[in-house]
Parts: sequence; structure tokens; C-alpha cells
Amino acid sequence: MSEMLKASGLFKSYKMGQTKIEVLKCLDFSVRAGQFVAIVGASGSGKSTLLHILGALDEPDAGSVQFEGKRLDKFRAGELNRFRNKMVGFVFQFYHLLDELNVLENVMLPAMAQSSTIGWLRRRIGAKKHAKSLLERFGLADRIGHKPYQLSGGERQRVAIARALMNKPALLLADEPTGNLDSETGNGILGVLEELNNDGQTIVMVTHDDRIAQRAHNVIRLADGKIV
Amino acid sequence: MYKLILPTRYFLKRRITYLAVVAVALCVFIVVVVMTVMNGLVSEFKGKNHDFVGDCIVSTESLVGFAYYEDFLKQLEKQEFVQAATPVVKGFGLLTQPGTGRNIGVEIMGIEPAGFCEATKFAQTLYYHKENPSDAFTPTYNPTLAGCVVGIDMISRSRDRSGKYYHSSEPMRIELMVTCFPLTAKGALAKAATDLVNSKTIYYSDDSHTGLVKVDARMVYLPFELAGELFGMAGATPRASAIHIKFADGTSLKTGVGRVAKMWKVFAAARANQKYANLLKNVTVQSWPDYRRSSIAPMEKEQMMLILLFGMLGIITVFIIFVVFYMIISHKTKDIGTLKSVGVSRAVIVQLFLTFAALVGLVGAGIGAGAGCGFLVKINDMEDWLFERFGWQLWDRTVYAIGEIPNDIKWEVLAVIMATAVLAALAGAFLPSVRASGQRPVEVLQVNQL
Repeated sequence: MSEMLKASGLFKSYKMGQTKIEVLKCLDFSVRAGQFVAIVGASGSGKSTLLHILGALDEPDAGSVQFEGKRLDKFRAGELNRFRNKMVGFVFQFYHLLDELNVLENVMLPAMAQSSTIGWLRRRIGAKKHAKSLLERFGLADRIGHKPYQLSGGERQRVAIARALMNKPALLLADEPTGNLDSETGNGILGVLEELNNDGQTIVMVTHDDRIAQRAHNVIRLADGKIV
Repeated sequence: MYKLILPTRYFLKRRITYLAVVAVALCVFIVVVVMTVMNGLVSEFKGKNHDFVGDCIVSTESLVGFAYYEDFLKQLEKQEFVQAATPVVKGFGLLTQPGTGRNIGVEIMGIEPAGFCEATKFAQTLYYHKENPSDAFTPTYNPTLAGCVVGIDMISRSRDRSGKYYHSSEPMRIELMVTCFPLTAKGALAKAATDLVNSKTIYYSDDSHTGLVKVDARMVYLPFELAGELFGMAGATPRASAIHIKFADGTSLKTGVGRVAKMWKVFAAARANQKYANLLKNVTVQSWPDYRRSSIAPMEKEQMMLILLFGMLGIITVFIIFVVFYMIISHKTKDIGTLKSVGVSRAVIVQLFLTFAALVGLVGAGIGAGAGCGFLVKINDMEDWLFERFGWQLWDRTVYAIGEIPNDIKWEVLAVIMATAVLAALAGAFLPSVRASGQRPVEVLQVNQL
């Protein structure tokens, strides 16, 4: 398996008043294509910050992230937008679905974001078909016209996963995807992620729960900003 | 597509948006109504100033007048761009109503009624001689008497509740005496010793209602020859105070005035060595708005003040939109973070919120303009209803010389107001949008997770 993601010497700190808090301290690790990696750590250990840096939502103070051999810090703003749109898919703990859009529109959002209005008119039929197939796969075929507030927590997270997969990204980044769900629903979501990984999807998941982390192939344990 | 869907949904789903729409609609409504009414009043006022003067006026401020006006009139009458031209004698005098002890200082205009009515819209201001203005100085109760037309407010006349003047079917016999100082061409009093003034008994034959208080309360119109005698301007070399000219259709005011000025320059130069040539030096050629500048300018100043006030109203609208958008966007930080996480650029986020603002502006402007137009269409009916029910009039007709409240909607003005409203909405939303687009997704999404 080829190396998809490589983090080298990552440093990140935040200022809280006069105090400087070092969140990440010289992290080095890599993720190979097709792996299911779990980043585990206690609350405040810097795991979410690390995930955001890997997905180019945040920048490290020092060090670099390479995606398929290309350094993210060398990307221009437009290239970073394209990277976030096509190469990675995010799944958040609180789903972050747009309340004004229905389920189908939420799932199609990444596809819409990559097209101009005219371009979207041309490819909307194909995109709609793909979005529907994703929703069918996750058991949400009868929910496409519903608004997020009409769904249960588990359904919302499955919609968020479908949205993350809409543009067929190489890497899926999941930040505590089960953190807001009961254990049964959380197991269901983990099952979905495992199934995706079995189909070849590379996944990096952040969790504070060791039992959940055991479902991944590789576990990166963070403590005090370092890999332990 | 989401660039249209999302702003439309924000617009429809966020109740706070209605506040911004109402703010825009109210501002547009007020501006449309007040601008239409004020513009109407100003243009009506200007029109009234034009009613009793020609398009172009060749005149002198001197009470002595200027000579050779007949020669210049002949030249004017030959011009294809001149439809009518008529001389006017102007001066001041005292008007006395014998037996009443009432006397007032007045402005006197000596006119040739037929010619003056051709060069101006004076006939429309008359009451009894609208159809036959050449007989304006013929009292119907005794055609042999010397008649005069007086400003409508100079004769005590009652009005109805709506402000309309009562007129009897025939003009009343009212005897008046006019007294003037006759002046020589050099400006000296024409008569010596005790006989310094000219007095003449005249009879009311009609009244003129121009709608301008200063004119209707101070102006007396006399036959041209009579006024010339009273002011000492008749004689071997008769003098006039002004020539009023009406241009032929298709002649622009600027072109016509320019041509008359050129003609006057040549005319005055040709008589530079003649007797009374010095009187020609003070003669000016003016368009009617310039001639009536002192009357029109204050109204135009008021209009300018009103535009400034509306500018301030526009700033308030921008501020309201700014506050509303600031609130909306502060509630939408999660969406901004989510959009950025799926690769939406900063510029597109600004575009999304500006589209939202444009919708607020367009719908607000549409509602405001619609309500404004509806209100204007019914404004006179509403005023009539208020007057009939409560005796209340928006503009007291005994003070304001208007018939109906002007409600002629100028579509180009409406379009400008609506476009300005949309721009104001965009301006109000711009800063919050730019600020929102600059938010780092990681901060927004993490904060929302706490």
C-alpha cells in the first residue's frame, strides 16, 4: 500500500490570555492508502486539532503534512479549497448539516460546491443519482426530502458520512463520529465506517474511546501533545 | 446551484430577515411617496411661475424701461423660432378702494391681453375671460369702463372648506383707483410741482389666480397703453419694461434664449449712438427659470434638503441591514465552517450572503414600491375621505395653491429608488459577509462542538 498521508514534525500551540498552550509537539506519522487509523487521546490532547491540520482546515506552527507526496503548506487558497472538496471528506461529531437544505441537498453539497451554476445544471442528474445511491446504501432512501431536524442522531451522522463521500474522496476524516450517539447507534456508524474501509476507503478517525479505537487497524495514541 | 438555493432558504426561513425586509420596504415606501409628492409640488410650482411669463424674457430692472422695443418686436416676429412676442410695462403703484379707506402697494403689469395670452398661459389664470382673454379688461357690467385684472387674493373673496374660491356668475362692480409715479427716460419725475403722480380710476373686470401667493396678492394687470401713460413710458419714443417671447414648438429653451440674446446684442449695438441708447445697456435676455429664479430657488433648495434627508434615511437603512446581517451571520458560523470544510471559497461565501442581501433588498424594495404606488394612487381619495369625515386636509388649500396632491409616479425615479435600496442592502451586508468569510473553519466548528 502506498503512503497517502505523511505528517512530519508537527507543532501547534494556542494562546489563552498570556499562557501559550502547546497542543502538538513534534508529531511524525504516516497513513497508507486503505488504512483505518484511529487517533486516541483524552479530551484536550490535541487529537481534533491534528485531524483539522491533516484536512487543511488548520495550519501547523511548524512541520508539514504531505498528501500523496504534495505538501499542503505549499498549496494556494484555491488549491486548498479543491483539496478539501475532492480529496478529503469530513465527518464531525455534531454532523454539521445545513438546516436549510434537505437530506439530498446536504449530501450533494460538495458536488454543487465544485461546479458553477451552469456546470451544475449539466451534471446534476449524475450527482443526484450518486447521492441517492449513497443514501440508499446507508438506509436513508426514504429520508431524502427530510430536513436534518426531522432525523435522529444516527440518521444525521449517516447523512454526514454520505456527504463526506459524495465527491469520492481518497481520505475520510472523522472527528468523534460516535461521540454524540448512544452505543447502539454508534456501533451502527462504526459498522458503516468499517464497511467503507473494507471497500478500500482510507479513514482517519479521532476518538477518546479505546473500545471504539480497537475497531481500527492502527491506533495512534496521543498524550500531552505527543504520540505515545 | 447552492449559491441560489442557500440564500433563498436563508431568506425564507430566518424570521429576523423579515425585519430587514420591513426596514427596506418602509424606507422605499417613504422615499417613493415623499419624492413623488415633493417633485410634483416643485414641478407644479415651477409651472405656475411659467404661467404668467414667456419662455424668454427680454427685460430691464429699471423702472424707466427701455426704448425701441417695437423695432425689436418686429425683428422677433420675423423669426421662425418665435411663436409670439409681446411687450410689457412694469412698475409699482398704490391701489385704493374708494370709500373703504383700504389702500395697498401693488406691482402693476401693463399687458396687451391678446398678445400676452399668446406668449404666456395667462388666460388659464383668469376666471371670467378664460375663453376670450382679449376682453379681459372689459368689465361685463359696463364695457365702456376701464377695466383691470387683479390678483385673486387682492379682492376679499371667501373660499369653501376645501380652499376653492367662490365666484359669482358675473364680476362684481368694484371701483378702484391706481396711483403711479410717472418717470422720464432719465429717471426723473415726469411732472412738476403738486401734480407729481398719475391717478386713474379703474374697474374690476376679472381676477388672475396663478397659485403663487406673492403674485396673487400683489399684482394688478392693466391695459398696456394705460400702464404706459401712468408710468410715463408712452410718448414719441415709447418705452417698455420687458418683451415676453414664446418659442415655436421644437425650439429648445437654451437654443431659443441663445438666439434671442445674439439678436439683442446686434440690435443694441446698432443703436449705440441713438438717443436713449443708455437704457438698452441694462437689458438682459433670460429664460423663464432664470427670470423667476428668486421665486424658484428657495423651493429647489427645499428639494435639495429633502434629498439630503433621504440620504440620511438611506444610511439608517444600511445600518439596520448591517445589524440584521451581523446577527444572522453570527448565527450562521456553523454553516460557514461546514461550507469551508467542503471546499467553498471565501469569495463564494461573500457571494452567498450578498445574494441573500440582494434578495432582502429586492423584496423589500418591491414591497415598498408597490405599497408606495398604491398609496399614491389613492392619496387624493384618502385625503378627500379624511376631509369629509374629520375636516382635516393634508395641505390646507387656503395656504397651498394646489388642486390635488401630486401623485404622478415617475417610473425612472421609482427604478432609481429601488436600485438604491438593493445597493443599500448590499452595502449593509458587505462588511458582515467579508468578516464571515474570513472565519477559520476550525474555530467555528470547534466552538460549535463545545
